[in-house]
Amino acid sequence: MRGPAEVTDGPARTDAPARGRALARSITPVRRRWIAVAVLLAVACSLPFQLVPFRVFQFTMVMVYAVALLGLNLLVGHAGQISLGHGAFFAVGAYAAAIMLDRWDLPYPLTLPIAAAVAFVLGLALGLPAVRLRGLYLALVTLAIAIFLVPLLKRFESVTGGSMGLTLAKPAPPAWTGLAEDQWLYFLTLAVTVLAFLLAHGLLRSRVGRALHAVRDNEAAAEVMGVRLPFYKTLAFAWSAMFAGAAGCVYTWVIGFVSPDSFVVTLSITLLAGIVVGGLGSFSGPLLGGLFVMFVPSISQDINDAAPGVIFGLLIIVVMYVAPTGLAGLAGRVARSTENILRKE
Amino acid sequence: MAGFLQQLVEGLGAGAVYASLALALVLIYQFTGIVNFAQGEMAMFSTYIAWQFTVAGLPFWLALVLTLAVSFAGGMLIERIVIRPVEGAPELTVVIVTVGLFIFVNAAAGWIWTFLIKDFPNPFPGGAVEAGGLSVGYSTLGVLAVVAVVMGLLYLLFQHTKVGLGMRAVAANPDSARLVGIRVGWMLALGWGLAATVGAVSGILVAPLLFLEPNMMGGVLIYAFAAATLGGFDSPAGAVAGGLTVGVAETLAGAYVGFIGSDLKVGVPLAIILFVLLLRPQGLFGRAVVERV
Repeated sequence: MRGPAEVTDGPARTDAPARGRALARSITPVRRRWIAVAVLLAVACSLPFQLVPFRVFQFTMVMVYAVALLGLNLLVGHAGQISLGHGAFFAVGAYAAAIMLDRWDLPYPLTLPIAAAVAFVLGLALGLPAVRLRGLYLALVTLAIAIFLVPLLKRFESVTGGSMGLTLAKPAPPAWTGLAEDQWLYFLTLAVTVLAFLLAHGLLRSRVGRALHAVRDNEAAAEVMGVRLPFYKTLAFAWSAMFAGAAGCVYTWVIGFVSPDSFVVTLSITLLAGIVVGGLGSFSGPLLGGLFVMFVPSISQDINDAAPGVIFGLLIIVVMYVAPTGLAGLAGRVARSTENILRKE
Repeated sequence: MAGFLQQLVEGLGAGAVYASLALALVLIYQFTGIVNFAQGEMAMFSTYIAWQFTVAGLPFWLALVLTLAVSFAGGMLIERIVIRPVEGAPELTVVIVTVGLFIFVNAAAGWIWTFLIKDFPNPFPGGAVEAGGLSVGYSTLGVLAVVAVVMGLLYLLFQHTKVGLGMRAVAANPDSARLVGIRVGWMLALGWGLAATVGAVSGILVAPLLFLEPNMMGGVLIYAFAAATLGGFDSPAGAVAGGLTVGVAETLAGAYVGFIGSDLKVGVPLAIILFVLLLRPQGLFGRAVVERV
């Protein structure tokens, strides 16, 4: 493909449009992605110095959701298994961090790996029965777990603080940074988000990612190719739970308060809405989903208390019909068509 | 002993409500292979419609009939508009669409009628039948009777009418049904309409017990899922048996297992769903699906 194109373009290198074309061609999709990520990171780093604290907090929450959605994306988008109970893993991470901070006074950076590990193990345990379940049965079980978690949290009052929840001190910014509290929390969250994205990216590029895609696209074929279904399905659950748990832990740092009523089943359903609208199985889907989950309710709430729900519900259905790849897919489509226009000039 | 029997009766009363919603779930699953996560919310919406009629001054039983008619039409309309485009799509897609419907219907009810709790008239008189130290509330008896009547009507419809025969044919084999001239699309819509009607009955039965509000059916839905799973998703009779069993199990566990108490009762349907799916995925009365590769 490339060879002949270069030959025909070769002699005309001197004129300006051709040089533009050559430049456009040298930006391969991979490079374009890295450029986009670099720009995004630069913008993300400058945001907390430009915005008022409340907005900084909102963007911090966008990233918290994005990490949770990253996990859900791994499970739903890449492995094709459904979970209507991802809020439960999020809650487990949040509570694990809160209990460690409240009861044991652990330094907060330590809570992240531990909370993530707890969620990982729980995901593994849940993944075992999930291996035998498919599609809607899995949806049923995960939904039931999300519903059951709230009374369970209220019940073990001595550990979880019951329905009153636990109030914690937020991580204080070290003096040398000169940052305000909201800015420090923002950068902590940003660091975790970048780490999570790198981890997920690496995971999906490895044999695990290929195995998950095979399971999603055709279980029977995957098994014939030598993919161990039970192993990879359980693993998908565990990894996915780990990301949700990590997000929950960061949530506890940022909010400084956990209570059972923050983790009702609506959270799980909101997360599912976020990843469906953001884009199942795409790289930028979790981030777009995070923006959607954070800002659509806060904007539409002014119209009516129920408006966010109406918009969420409608959008989920419409997205499933017309754009199964979500906002990320739409963005990709727009990028490709502008590129085509640019190439044609 | 009397205390135990009392708990048993109350469990049956609660179970009858779960059974009615489970019946609605099973009706849709039979025809379309879809588990409708929005079933509870559709029932809640129907109950609001009934409430609106009674507030407008209609007598209860007339309001009921009108509501059932509206629900039937609404169910068919939802099948035609929302479900038709994803018919035959992967299970994941269908589940996500019905979850979207769940969120939408829930929020729409909140938008129209606000999230404030409303009183819903109880169609059955208060008081109870006393017999041998056992007191059975009229409303418990009423709920059981209504579910029995619904069950009986469905039986008549499926076994003794031409439409019912057509619907069974579609459930058994859509392709052959189409070849013998049954309009499969309409039968599926009819199934959704019926399910919405049965769901409306269960919503109206629940409302006087729980108060009417948009999140009313959220809790009931999970019990109905447990009931349908236990009975088998393709067996209406199983759904009713499953509903009664779940109701009794939940009440007894709440009363006699100290650790569970009243607040952890939600764990009972979860445990039932898990055990059934792991040990006998087709449920007690369901047929096992044999997959040919």
